[in-house]
Amino acid sequence: METYTLIILLLAATIRVATPLVLAALGGLFSERAGVIALGLEGMMLGAAFASAAVAAVSGSAWLGLGAGMAAGVALALLIAVACVTFRGNQVVAAMAVNIVVAGICPMLGLAWFDLGGQTPQLSNPGQRFAEIILPGAHAARSVPVPGLLYAELVSGHSLLVYLAAAIVPAGAWVLYRTRFGLRLRAVGEDPEAVETAGISVAAIRFQAVVISGLLSGIAGTYLATAASSGFARDMTAGKGYLALAAMIFGKWRPFPTLGACLLFAFTDALASRLEGVPLPVVGVIPVQFIVALPYALTVLLLAGFVGKAVAPKSIGVPYAKDK
Amino acid sequence: MRIILLFLLSAACALAEGIKPAIVYDFGGKFDRSFNQSASEGVARFTRETGIAFRDFEVTNATQRVQVMRQFARHGYNFIVAVGFSQASAVEQVAPEFPDVRFVIIDGNVDLPNVESVNFREQESSFLCGMAAALSSKTGKIGFVGGMDIPLIRKFALGYEAGARHVNPKIEVFENMTGSTPSAWNDPTRGAELAKSQFGRGADVVFHAAGGTGMGVMQAAQDAGLLSIGCDSNQDYIHPGSVLTSALKRVDVAVYRAATAARNGSWVHGHVTFGLAEDGVGYSLDEYNRAILTPAIEKRLEDAKRDIVAGRVAVPEYRE
Repeated sequence: METYTLIILLLAATIRVATPLVLAALGGLFSERAGVIALGLEGMMLGAAFASAAVAAVSGSAWLGLGAGMAAGVALALLIAVACVTFRGNQVVAAMAVNIVVAGICPMLGLAWFDLGGQTPQLSNPGQRFAEIILPGAHAARSVPVPGLLYAELVSGHSLLVYLAAAIVPAGAWVLYRTRFGLRLRAVGEDPEAVETAGISVAAIRFQAVVISGLLSGIAGTYLATAASSGFARDMTAGKGYLALAAMIFGKWRPFPTLGACLLFAFTDALASRLEGVPLPVVGVIPVQFIVALPYALTVLLLAGFVGKAVAPKSIGVPYAKDK
Repeated sequence: MRIILLFLLSAACALAEGIKPAIVYDFGGKFDRSFNQSASEGVARFTRETGIAFRDFEVTNATQRVQVMRQFARHGYNFIVAVGFSQASAVEQVAPEFPDVRFVIIDGNVDLPNVESVNFREQESSFLCGMAAALSSKTGKIGFVGGMDIPLIRKFALGYEAGARHVNPKIEVFENMTGSTPSAWNDPTRGAELAKSQFGRGADVVFHAAGGTGMGVMQAAQDAGLLSIGCDSNQDYIHPGSVLTSALKRVDVAVYRAATAARNGSWVHGHVTFGLAEDGVGYSLDEYNRAILTPAIEKRLEDAKRDIVAGRVAVPEYRE
């Protein structure tokens, strides 16, 4: 029974850790399927984390924070879109520039506005954060041993944004595969000339795709700042944007495999924090450095040999010029 | 003529004021509600009492340390405090270039004729916090979340565990380090997740020695209705009623004392260590945690404090 409880808690932690990855990775998927490299996820997430924490701290409302986070994500996405689509700049350079600028400008603004060493004030009032939602009957269910605990700990007790992320994956898949917009978007990523021939603007589709990635990264950043923790801290995304990108590649640019990859990364992360200092049979206590590196090492290993051939959208990274 | 006069005037001013001090804060900045802030409180006290203002700088990038120290020294600052273990190598590099400038390194060891190295016996305050945790725990399980995995943080962990075992030899202590790079000081999300994982395993008190990451740890404890223990500065006020106590590290006292000594001309280079005996470390008790740190616990802690100072209780020290 105790093992069962531990497993349930481990899975619940997996869901919490996976949420920002899933949101960002799905955003990245939209961007890349339209042919724009999504290296800017990290910066968009970080910018959104700062904007949401700052607005939530000043206004006292987590919802306004979410709005600000999404707006910040979209604003940065537009910057990338203008550079990469309108001016046909190098996508890697533009995205990295955004990442670097955001990493510097957020603590600077934080320092100027709040005087807390670049952090935002602690979000301590209940309304400032997306608190954990206890679903109806979760307390009662706890007394039922096996399925009750599953419901009380794994299904219930997450932030609203977690449920949102769970709903966004099938919604995203539907948009991508079942709507006209999705079809055009995927076509733009493969063969923009053909799309242009059909009388559809490649630039418009790419703009929309990048904005969607900004919107979703914005939600991811908001989750980090106002649900998973309580405020913005310098570099708080700590590489999650790149991890999301890796998950998306690992998921072969498809929504559900990408979700699976995010869950796997989150699982290794959650498992790692529980393995630390625990003596295991045969190997003994695993050093902390190894544990911290585990998700990344796993990524490299899996990408190197276990996922088969991952084929990127054909026109990815290539700016589209009509008059070529 | 005028230039000479000006020069004499400024020299006279410098003599009258004694020192021209500057301080370099580490990552996190002077308002980190933790280690650096404690140092800035010492600066504030010194400025209040003497009217001498410190020039300060908050490092945001590792390469700035050497540059800014050199800059300060070149601009006539003759007393420079470097806060944090990661500045030791920068002090080691810059100090020989300016033999007339007095340097103070907090949490580091530099053997040079113009450097004072100030260290703390963090294991002693951690020992008391471990006792408080064990005395407050109902489950017999407590947690520790460290920042970057360095010997300094191992010192905290070891003292904490020893203190807990001193009260309850059978207590279970879960230990997690956030990471092995400086970003481990600023990852509140991971801090919260680590704390939650320890709560999941049954811990009901968690001690953080993790700088900004600790904010997430304390938030998680508050969200779960459990207890946390703060670090370096008094952090009881951050979540009143949920922060059991804070392991104080009186960086403010160290900075104030060194600056005062420098001003009075009694400053000497060498190594200084602050522990319970010197009131350089301790635990916090104020209106925010009075309700949870009961008089019974307080008495046990005070007894232990006396025993440690008198040498009747040995606190284990982490050796590299």
